[in-house]
Amino acid sequence: MTTDTTTDVLGASIKRREDPRFITGEGNYLDDIKLASMAHAAILRSPYAHARIRSIDTSAAKAMPGVLLVLTGADIPYNPLPMAWPAGGAAGIQNNVNTPRALATDDVKWTGEGVAAVIADTPAQAVDALEAIEVDWEPLPTVVDAEKATQPGAPQLHENAPNNVVFEWNVGDKEGTDTAIEGAEVVVRQRVVNQRLIPNPMETRGDIGWYNPGTDEYTVWMSSQTPHIQRLLLAAFVTGIPEHKIRVISPDIGGAFGSKIFTYADMPIVMLASKLTGGRPVKWVEGRRENYQSTIHGRDHITYLEIAGTRDGEVTGLRVRTYANLGGRLSTIGPGIPTTLYGRILFGCYRIPNVYCEVTGVYTNTTFVDAYRGAGRPEATYVIERAMDLFAAEIGMDRAEVRRRNFIPPDAFPYDQPSGLLTAVNGSKIYVDSGNYEPAMDKALAAVEYKGHEARRAEARTRGKLLGLGMSTYIEVCGVAPSKWIGAVGEGWGAAMWESSNIKIHLTGKVVVTMGTQPQGQGHETTYSQIIAHELGVPLDDIVIQHSDTLGTPFGYGSYGSRTSNVGSHAAIKAAAKVKDKARRYAAHMLEASADDIEIDGANYRVKGSPDKVKTLQEIAFALDLAFDAPEGMEPYLDETAYYDTTNCTFPFGTHVAVVEIDEETGEVELVRYLAVDDVGNKINPMIVAGQLHGGIAQGVGQALWEGAIYGEDGQLLSGSMLDYAIPRASWFPPLELDETVTPTDVNPLGVKGVGEAGTIASTAATANAVIDALSPLGVRHLDMPHTPQTVWRAIQAAKGGRA
Amino acid sequence: MIPAEFDYVRASSLDEALGLISNGDGAKLLAGGQSIIPLMKLRLARPDKLVDIGGLGELRGVRRLEDGRMAVGALTTYAEMIDSPLGQYGLLRDALPTIGDVQVRNRGTIGGAVVHADPASDLPACLLALEAEVVARSKGGERVIPVAELLAGAFTTTLRDDEIVTEVRLPGPRDDAGSAYVSLEQRASGYAVVGVAAVVFGGEARVAITGVGDVAYRARGVEAAYAQGAAAAAEHATDGVTVNGDIHADAAYRTAMARVYTRRALEAALARMG
Repeated sequence: MTTDTTTDVLGASIKRREDPRFITGEGNYLDDIKLASMAHAAILRSPYAHARIRSIDTSAAKAMPGVLLVLTGADIPYNPLPMAWPAGGAAGIQNNVNTPRALATDDVKWTGEGVAAVIADTPAQAVDALEAIEVDWEPLPTVVDAEKATQPGAPQLHENAPNNVVFEWNVGDKEGTDTAIEGAEVVVRQRVVNQRLIPNPMETRGDIGWYNPGTDEYTVWMSSQTPHIQRLLLAAFVTGIPEHKIRVISPDIGGAFGSKIFTYADMPIVMLASKLTGGRPVKWVEGRRENYQSTIHGRDHITYLEIAGTRDGEVTGLRVRTYANLGGRLSTIGPGIPTTLYGRILFGCYRIPNVYCEVTGVYTNTTFVDAYRGAGRPEATYVIERAMDLFAAEIGMDRAEVRRRNFIPPDAFPYDQPSGLLTAVNGSKIYVDSGNYEPAMDKALAAVEYKGHEARRAEARTRGKLLGLGMSTYIEVCGVAPSKWIGAVGEGWGAAMWESSNIKIHLTGKVVVTMGTQPQGQGHETTYSQIIAHELGVPLDDIVIQHSDTLGTPFGYGSYGSRTSNVGSHAAIKAAAKVKDKARRYAAHMLEASADDIEIDGANYRVKGSPDKVKTLQEIAFALDLAFDAPEGMEPYLDETAYYDTTNCTFPFGTHVAVVEIDEETGEVELVRYLAVDDVGNKINPMIVAGQLHGGIAQGVGQALWEGAIYGEDGQLLSGSMLDYAIPRASWFPPLELDETVTPTDVNPLGVKGVGEAGTIASTAATANAVIDALSPLGVRHLDMPHTPQTVWRAIQAAKGGRA
Repeated sequence: MIPAEFDYVRASSLDEALGLISNGDGAKLLAGGQSIIPLMKLRLARPDKLVDIGGLGELRGVRRLEDGRMAVGALTTYAEMIDSPLGQYGLLRDALPTIGDVQVRNRGTIGGAVVHADPASDLPACLLALEAEVVARSKGGERVIPVAELLAGAFTTTLRDDEIVTEVRLPGPRDDAGSAYVSLEQRASGYAVVGVAAVVFGGEARVAITGVGDVAYRARGVEAAYAQGAAAAAEHATDGVTVNGDIHADAAYRTAMARVYTRRALEAALARMG
């Protein structure tokens, strides 16, 4: 018997296997989980951005109907939440660490920090009882701007952080860069702000804690990208409960964008609350306004950039000084984002000989800041892509030509950034393994007829419109990361970043694949199935992909940083190889041949030269599961686990081009065209790649044009809901035009690079550059985002006033 | 996002509803629920009782009165208005499809919009420019209130607690008139930063502006200067008005946009005239 292997699904745009349940309301999200005798938690949040807690009176709340328990910080026996990624620790850089407690004890540092929790029979009873808690507050002075927070006289948040400084970190060649800038023909300087964003997954966060008094074990369901890591951190750093006494389950996740990577205060609260209520499961689900205040924000940099070079367009130096706002206390890997994931990629796709970057991490009276889609790389891309435009404008050279002259040339790969940006503090290196930047740019510029831009600009002017074209020739760093690089103390988070996979083939021939990664909507159940169908030659319908539950699964680091296809997939391929190796050995036994003589063709294991002597993988699995004829020394069952550690990161790249028209009278910006040429290597499922790019581009354009978290000076979040925080709508976009180049990478066998964040990384800079290009005839050189009508109108008015 | 506890009563007739709101027990009316429900979930509104009039079919639909005017039942939704003879009014054709989203348009009602008196809502400006009236019913009888007299301030009307708006009446569409509604939308909420409704006929203009002041208002200064042309008249868009400022648009920008959009509304209305 043979199995047909002519249909290979790897690389095919098949429909996502998980979508039917998601789009018909049959998904199982956190709030869909209903357990017997479940109680409900609500958290009282600080109305002040900075205040001392004089006292909390919970007596009235405790007497409210249905209330089981009221907790304050004093009732929580746990440690503060962990901060797992100090900035550059091994380089001797001091990190002044303050992290949140499950509930604040003495003071609060941002509006929305939790100070008490009510556990009641119903969600409504819990919320009602919150109103009966009396807190005696002593409001304190506030500061929300990272640069101002470091100035003399600013309100001080933490005793161990003078001038609100979390750390002073640097990377690159200071001396060389200073020299290059001092001696340069041209130096352009600009202050740029990368504004704070709110991640806005469709599903807010939530968790359910259940303490089983019979076994003294905890089960925690959480809307998390990292169930295994959360079990580890909650056990080892927060609760002291042994790791093997905690099971974590992530059900279906309705989007995350980074915001669900971290350890949050509500997790230990629901665990403790379940124990204190005698083992009733306790659910907490975040409201949307609560999400805006108590789940992490992204970005929020103030940067002074200096770019130096020659009049004929060669960039010789880049010096960057950034104030990174990290919020009132630190989130789990807050310091890692604006340092390792930002400073080390500032060179973009350019061969800049001298680069130096200093970053000051800063406490302010705002929600904590951590990884948001792209995490450091969009901020870096914005800096370098704005810098290239500024430099081009200064020397009067075409932007594309300046980029072309400075691209890392195709023969320079693998590329080691000469100022040491890719060298970890322990000397371990990553390289830009591959790239070919000009063809992608040429393709994009040809598609948008770049040469006709000035003529179109003139035509638009006759209609009262300012037309602008912006480009971003970005690179991205995916596949974080080789453990010895990211695990270097102070470089990464002092831990590994490999991935895991287990494959079992059951007696009936059905394949169960268990992954350490954790989908949040990306379609892993489809793409992993495509890979396993290809590797094992079994039909898609015979494969199930499991993940999300720490019980009985290999440890995995989860999904973020565009690492699932390039790291996770290869754990699965490695496990499949082990399965095939064992199947080959058993086929040899069944067919009375040498294992070396068995050739594998899909699911068919055949003796070379004897096409009739063949066993299918299913037949092998059946026989090996029964195992009555297993040869000496061979274990029963096809059940293999593999761990895969990548040797390098991957570096997708491309050119995005945005075209905007601005209404000169009102400042309204319309995105009229968007074209992206991306090189993400080989594609497992092109339709899913396109979907990732569509969403990523929309999010990045959102930052350029509409989105922004706005705090008042008193620390109130003024953009506190979707009524004031503008999330992009589909109708605001023209059809997105996608094209590609495919430059091979040999970092991994599939030749995939990653695509989860590329759209977001590229599109903010492309769109912002387009707006500024549109305004450039008026003399505008730079304008901070978001480019809302009022902001653009003011720039137009100022430019016109300035010229008059 | 859970409202405080409240009682709920579904009225089966207008008379029953009028009785239920006349007890002085703080009952609030529920029609399409697109404003009161979110406010309650945020606990910014905490009525002890909601009287649901959503099922009162007699308050629904668009009909032409004998004198040529249009009568729109207070519970007529935005979506129903879009698919009605109200499309004869250019400014409603402009405004209605931009209100909220599909769900809001399927639930939100004209009566709810006018009595909510949101300072940035689109419809009040249109009704002001059309010189619409509302019919308010109480147990004691009925009175007709011009929309201009109904709107008293931000989220405030001159309606009494025991009254229910049953109908909105519009002057009949005129063949010799042109009208338009143009707005600069606040991207997050979809509400108007500036919304301008204009009706022109003969040498006259009626202009109403929303999003700019405490409540939608008739721009009398613009109307008085209309003879000088749209551009000159539009300079008076905020005369006598205290202009709002918020994180999306400060007073200076709003003032400038009120002028630009007033000119554009007049130009668009003129282009449609006769």
